Amino acid sequence: MGIVKASRLVHEYIRRDEEGNVESIQTALDGLDFDVKAGDFIAVLGHNGSGKSTLAKHINALLLPSGGTLWVDGKDTSDSGNVSAVRRQAGMVFQNPDNQIIGSVVEEDVGFGPENLGIPSEEIWIRVEESLKSVGMLRYRSHSPNRLSGGQKQRVAIAGILSMEPKCIVLDEPTAMLDPSGRQEVLEAVHALNRQKGITVLWITHYMEEVVHADVVYVMDQGRIVMQGKPREIFSRVEELREHRLDVPQITLLAHELNQAGLAVGEGTLTREELKDALVRLYGSRA
Amino acid sequence: MSIILDKVDYVYSADSAYEIRALNKISLTIEDGAFIGIIGHTGSGKSTLIQHLNGLLKATSGGIYFNGRDIYEPDYDLSRLRMQVGLVFQYPEHQLFATTVFDDVCFGPMNQGLDKNEAGLRAFEALKNVGMAEEVYYQSPFHLSGGQKRRVAIAGVLAMKPEVLILDEPTAGLDPKGRDEILDLIADMHQKLGITVILVSHSMEDVAKYVQRIIVMNDGSVLYDGTPKEVFSHYRELEAVSLAAPQVTYLMHELRAAGIVADDGATTVEEAKESILKAFGRKGSV
Amino acid sequence: MIRDITIGQYYPADSVIHRLDPRVKLMGALLYMVSLFLFQGLAGLLLITVFLAACIGLSKVPLSYMVRGLRAIVALLVFTSVFHLFLTPGEHVLFRFGIVSITMEGVANAVFMLFRLIYLIVGTSIMTLATTPNALTDGLEKALRPLEKIRVPVHAIAMMMSIALRFIPILIEEVDLIMKAQMARGADFENGSLIKRVKNMIPLLVPLFVSAFRRADDLAMAMEARCYVGGAGRTKMKPLRYAKRDYVAYLILAAYLAGVIALRAV
Repeated sequence: MGIVKASRLVHEYIRRDEEGNVESIQTALDGLDFDVKAGDFIAVLGHNGSGKSTLAKHINALLLPSGGTLWVDGKDTSDSGNVSAVRRQAGMVFQNPDNQIIGSVVEEDVGFGPENLGIPSEEIWIRVEESLKSVGMLRYRSHSPNRLSGGQKQRVAIAGILSMEPKCIVLDEPTAMLDPSGRQEVLEAVHALNRQKGITVLWITHYMEEVVHADVVYVMDQGRIVMQGKPREIFSRVEELREHRLDVPQITLLAHELNQAGLAVGEGTLTREELKDALVRLYGSRA
Repeated sequence: MSIILDKVDYVYSADSAYEIRALNKISLTIEDGAFIGIIGHTGSGKSTLIQHLNGLLKATSGGIYFNGRDIYEPDYDLSRLRMQVGLVFQYPEHQLFATTVFDDVCFGPMNQGLDKNEAGLRAFEALKNVGMAEEVYYQSPFHLSGGQKRRVAIAGVLAMKPEVLILDEPTAGLDPKGRDEILDLIADMHQKLGITVILVSHSMEDVAKYVQRIIVMNDGSVLYDGTPKEVFSHYRELEAVSLAAPQVTYLMHELRAAGIVADDGATTVEEAKESILKAFGRKGSV
Repeated sequence: MIRDITIGQYYPADSVIHRLDPRVKLMGALLYMVSLFLFQGLAGLLLITVFLAACIGLSKVPLSYMVRGLRAIVALLVFTSVFHLFLTPGEHVLFRFGIVSITMEGVANAVFMLFRLIYLIVGTSIMTLATTPNALTDGLEKALRPLEKIRVPVHAIAMMMSIALRFIPILIEEVDLIMKAQMARGADFENGSLIKRVKNMIPLLVPLFVSAFRRADDLAMAMEARCYVGGAGRTKMKPLRYAKRDYVAYLILAAYLAGVIALRAV
């Protein structure tokens, strides 16, 4: 069993009227099956309302399954005795950087999680320092979060999770409210954590450019995983992605269009260099 | 009919230790009916700039002329200017407040002094223009999806029949399909309604596809101002201020360096495809 | 104008005042307030001025930062001093115009009142500027700990306070933004009768509340995700322990208050 494993996971949002009768049932997760290998960088793609945020909240036991089972580090999240252990193992970073920073000083915020876990003060200091260092925010430790840029705030939020020493981090659209440079800075910080500390990452997004370097991509639509594979495999299925309200990066799209027009540059091109090399090769072998 | 900015300076907290020069001698002419993109990263002054165009912020020095009149003249009606130059803020759906979609869109026209009937007509027209289905007009705006809320909020500004429509990051937080829908809608309004549109964005790729002119802001100044092709030809300089040109621009430059294509000016996927196929001696359109 | 409110804003600096235990600073602020209402005469005012100046100097917070907080209450300052100027009865009439008269006592009262208010704002803002809101609530939490015995939810109150303090600047910015956005739709927040003005606030207040609730919801979830389950079993990153300088500060405070009281008799 991998670090996060779902078996026929279902989540239903049930709306009731004043008398408590069921008014409507909306199925946000519709029988998910997946198994995440420890140490992987998983990208979860999906349009708004595809169920990806609901999935994220399950991994942190903020929501519990209406059906099926979810295990985090081998622990069933629906067992109320596991909640604290699950949250400790699978940290969560949310979309809005302002609404998840509790402390008024960067280092105090990073210390919030360990405080809740009852870690002794001396060790909290060590963890805070280390966490801030690994996201490159140590020199802002005594700053107010209000003065930081969006990307910096998200890195503080990530440090706040790291200080709890999780095995896995779930990031629910962490870049949706950031500008391109902030987006890049957060993505790089998380990739570094994945590489250097071996932390499993579930990166949820609808920006296609961000999933290029993931190990595995899940595409979600209507509460199901509709596509799964390496970025290159996923990106070669341009038309299918469009059906799921997604698109592909410019370069992938251009390669796809050239293929369609009969210029065989290969599907699923991820980077500019790849496309350039393919074109140079083709040009050279031209009769 | 145009907006002219003449050496506009704007300084936050002037004469204190926290003084920030947000705009530095900005001179621009915005022609009637233009479709312009303003690009710059956070803190480049682009939000400050657009708030000058409708008089929400007053320049520390310099002048702004709307349709030939100095908006800083004491008898100039600034509240009217705000309606002639409609400004849609970032995440505009956060400003919805009324009990129904319809009432919310009526807010602007009612503030213009129109009576209920006329304001209602305006609201109908605006909601139709943003592609909202009639059955939601009398629902609470808070129950709509994110993309729909944003359309309603845009309609709220559109209902004032502005001559100029400015949108600050209208696609922020939307998924790819939602983003394309909103951008198509804006392009459509520019064409159909004939209004001047100014689109503020972080994304070169979005903007390149739609606008005729790009203004690049950096550090409170205009760094470049021209057609997408002209602006992106400075891709190296753009990189230096951490603003990348679209990926295809880089590719085309590399292909030209490799002797494959003759023209490296493509800024969109379509243009790039055309010129690559041409280089390979194939027909452009499929 | 909204941006001028400095209460709840922390000014990071490395000073003796910053390092003091928050309980000392809370007690200090309290005693200082008491002293402002106890003092009489110029000698007392002088002692308070010296004390305040010393605190400002030690805190390393620029004076301009504290004075900014005064801008928000200029109206109150003017009103209070005018009130005292005209309505203090006294024997030494300086000026009379119909039923309005200005007396020597009135002038003195107005001046003292003005000093009291300005000193009050500046003095208490030293405490908030030189103490992180978290330290402040920690101090309060620890100082009020005995009340937990009578079922007062001290931890919950302290947590609420620190969150409120953290979000005040964010909400202030939000008010600014919503106001601008509604002004761009022709809203008018400045003119009209009182009733009309109150009505005009709806387009500001509804979005503000919606946003505040959304933030509260997000924050509650983020706290839960970080294993927050209330005060039980928590440790502190910065536990409060008195250092030598804190005892010294208590002694200085006691001497200061005694001085103010002693000078009353002069």
